[in-house]
Amino acid sequence: MTLHLKKGSSRKSAYDLKNPLDEQIETHTLAVLVDNEAGVLARVIGLFSGRGYNIESLTVAETDPEGHRSRITIVTTGTPAVIEQIKAQLGLIIPVYRVNDLTVEGPSVEREMALLKVAGQGDKRVEAMRLADIFRANVVDSTLESFVFEITGTPEKIDAFTDLMHPLGLTDIARTGVAAMARGA
Amino acid sequence: MSREMTGAEIVVTALKEQGVDTVFGYPGGAVLPIYDAIFQQNDIKHILVRHEQGATHAAEGYARATGKPGVVLVTSGPGATNAVTGMTDALMDSIPMIVLSGQVPTFMIGNDAFQEADTVGITRPCSKHNWLVKDTDELAETIHQAFHIATSGRPGPVLIDIPKDVQFASAPYKTKAKAPTTHYKPQVKGDLAEITRAVEAFEQAERPIIYSGGGVINSGVAASQLLRELVAGSNAPITSTLMGLGAYPASGDNWLGMLGMHGTVEANLAMHGCDFMLCVGARFDDRITGRTDAFSPDSFKVHMDIDPSSINKIIHVDVPIIGDIGHILEDFLKVWKSRGRKTKSAAIKKWWSQIEEWQATKCLDFKNSDTIIKPQHALQRLEALTKNMDRYITTEVGQHQMWAAQYLNFDDPHRFMTSGGLGTMGYGLPASVGVQVAHPESLVINIAGDASFLMNMQEMGTAVQFNLPVKQFILNNERLGMVRQWQQLLHGERYSQSWSEALPDFVKLAEAFGGKGILVDDPADLDEAIKEMLAYDGPVILDCVVEKHENCFPMIPSGKAHNEMILCDEETADAIDAAGKTRV
Repeated sequence: MTLHLKKGSSRKSAYDLKNPLDEQIETHTLAVLVDNEAGVLARVIGLFSGRGYNIESLTVAETDPEGHRSRITIVTTGTPAVIEQIKAQLGLIIPVYRVNDLTVEGPSVEREMALLKVAGQGDKRVEAMRLADIFRANVVDSTLESFVFEITGTPEKIDAFTDLMHPLGLTDIARTGVAAMARGA
Repeated sequence: MSREMTGAEIVVTALKEQGVDTVFGYPGGAVLPIYDAIFQQNDIKHILVRHEQGATHAAEGYARATGKPGVVLVTSGPGATNAVTGMTDALMDSIPMIVLSGQVPTFMIGNDAFQEADTVGITRPCSKHNWLVKDTDELAETIHQAFHIATSGRPGPVLIDIPKDVQFASAPYKTKAKAPTTHYKPQVKGDLAEITRAVEAFEQAERPIIYSGGGVINSGVAASQLLRELVAGSNAPITSTLMGLGAYPASGDNWLGMLGMHGTVEANLAMHGCDFMLCVGARFDDRITGRTDAFSPDSFKVHMDIDPSSINKIIHVDVPIIGDIGHILEDFLKVWKSRGRKTKSAAIKKWWSQIEEWQATKCLDFKNSDTIIKPQHALQRLEALTKNMDRYITTEVGQHQMWAAQYLNFDDPHRFMTSGGLGTMGYGLPASVGVQVAHPESLVINIAGDASFLMNMQEMGTAVQFNLPVKQFILNNERLGMVRQWQQLLHGERYSQSWSEALPDFVKLAEAFGGKGILVDDPADLDEAIKEMLAYDGPVILDCVVEKHENCFPMIPSGKAHNEMILCDEETADAIDAAGKTRV
């Protein structure tokens, strides 16, 4: 049996189509408003792990105690198609009220807080203190051999500060993940 | 002030208020209070299955044959974990289902108590939503919300986990009207601007195709009527997914047969060659698209779907329309009619002559035999002998399932129940039980393979106990036929573990359960055997011994496009390349 595939089939070759895998990887910050009920975070995280999406950072806390709503801020990466899927899939979760893509919905501010413990003496200790000043980090704990710095800023700023603290005796670091909000009223 | 009742009474009362007449279940320690409440009433019939997986598939069969949600009642621990397969199946195929599971008492949760499992944790990814109810006061409203969520939007399974102490404790009953609602209100009306864009493209189509799916059936009978009206009015050819069979009648003039991996040549080539595709309630599943980067490369695509996440998930479309298919089709027809029912009728006629050329390949023809029953022939005879009956068909999963889709004709929705997305062997027998419960007077046939049938054969006991005259039509090739076919095509004919040794004597098996068994292995006796099966008033297993090495064609080999189908054994050499072998 032979098939006459030419007739009626495509003018241009399907093999010329763009490979979706060639698409650019983008980073997006999503704000997800959810009912603060048992298991809601597991639903969101399970969606990402189950479908193979990335989580760069995730922050969650109750933001409306009366309405029992929490805000989850997720920084994720993927092709534009994957980002669209992530938003659509999040929208299917029953306790999810709203999904906002802060990266595309206009200008937004992003902040992260970190605590860094730097142990050292002599010049290194002085240098750590000097850099902390430049980065507007606060000292929230101090001993004769160590500082704990509190720093707030964009993730990039915290990365930069962390890199500088490494040779100066950084022993421990805790980061909150990104909290983000659209600019303007 | 409503009367106080126990949690168990609340469950039964809420089910009644939701219009439930049948529950499929299996008792155990953690649901005894609910079983006690069921014992003390007569409005809800309880069908005792033989395994909780059977309960879920029976509920799926019931749901798909009625359009109502199926209800399942299981105990904690193994009762709930056994329901997982059926829930996943219902999630993939968008079947409304409410699963009520017992749980150990709240004060024992987390202690690794007897028959304790983290049921909401386990079922989170395989349910549309689930709840652990820790307070009897919240039980009634949770059940009402569960029905709302399971049946609206894209339907799916939900689970309510009810600890035993919550079943014993008392609270006032909240009616559906008094229960707080959720914010869950999926969009049902399609965007009119998008619908108008779709109509404009439809009017210009020279080579249109309508590709319909299970969403049409889920939307209700009216959606199927609207679809038929659209096809008749436009003369567009129509194909359907496995899940959508029956929405447009197989006897209709514009029917091309099923599309996809084992779809017809005309359906797949029309999909490949069309210039306009109207996807109505289908989701571009990988069984449908084949190689996605070569999928219908030249067409303007319109996608109607109730699930926003289905849009652009696999195939990029030009016009997405989110909403309920019935509502969208109604508006689509309204707009199209108001603009004068325009079509490029001359071009469509030319398109049809091309399609007729493809139809002339008669891709479902097969070499029949006088000495051995060909499975396709068995189904053609079954079709001939039952086509005018009030008939419901279920299937298991494998070659027989694809042959059933190819050789049986469905003229109405809700008549064909099969496990599409998940591909669950063992689905068909319990599903046939559920369908027969819903339609006691109708003919219900499960098309099965020998291997699939064994996976849930215990449900023959349920059929016998409840006088459900389900007909088990086993195409027995003593093989895991589809596995064998793939091993032949992909793995150098090394048939690893794909034949059924030590098969039971199916006639004796039927008799052991209290049903009737019939064996047929000669084509000359086939019609008589089918008639004998149909005539018997009770469960029957018809063991139809068929050709052992028959392959299911046409076939789009994995990793290939719609225009790269293979039609017969002679074309199978090197049909699948290395990249294709990695796919399922």
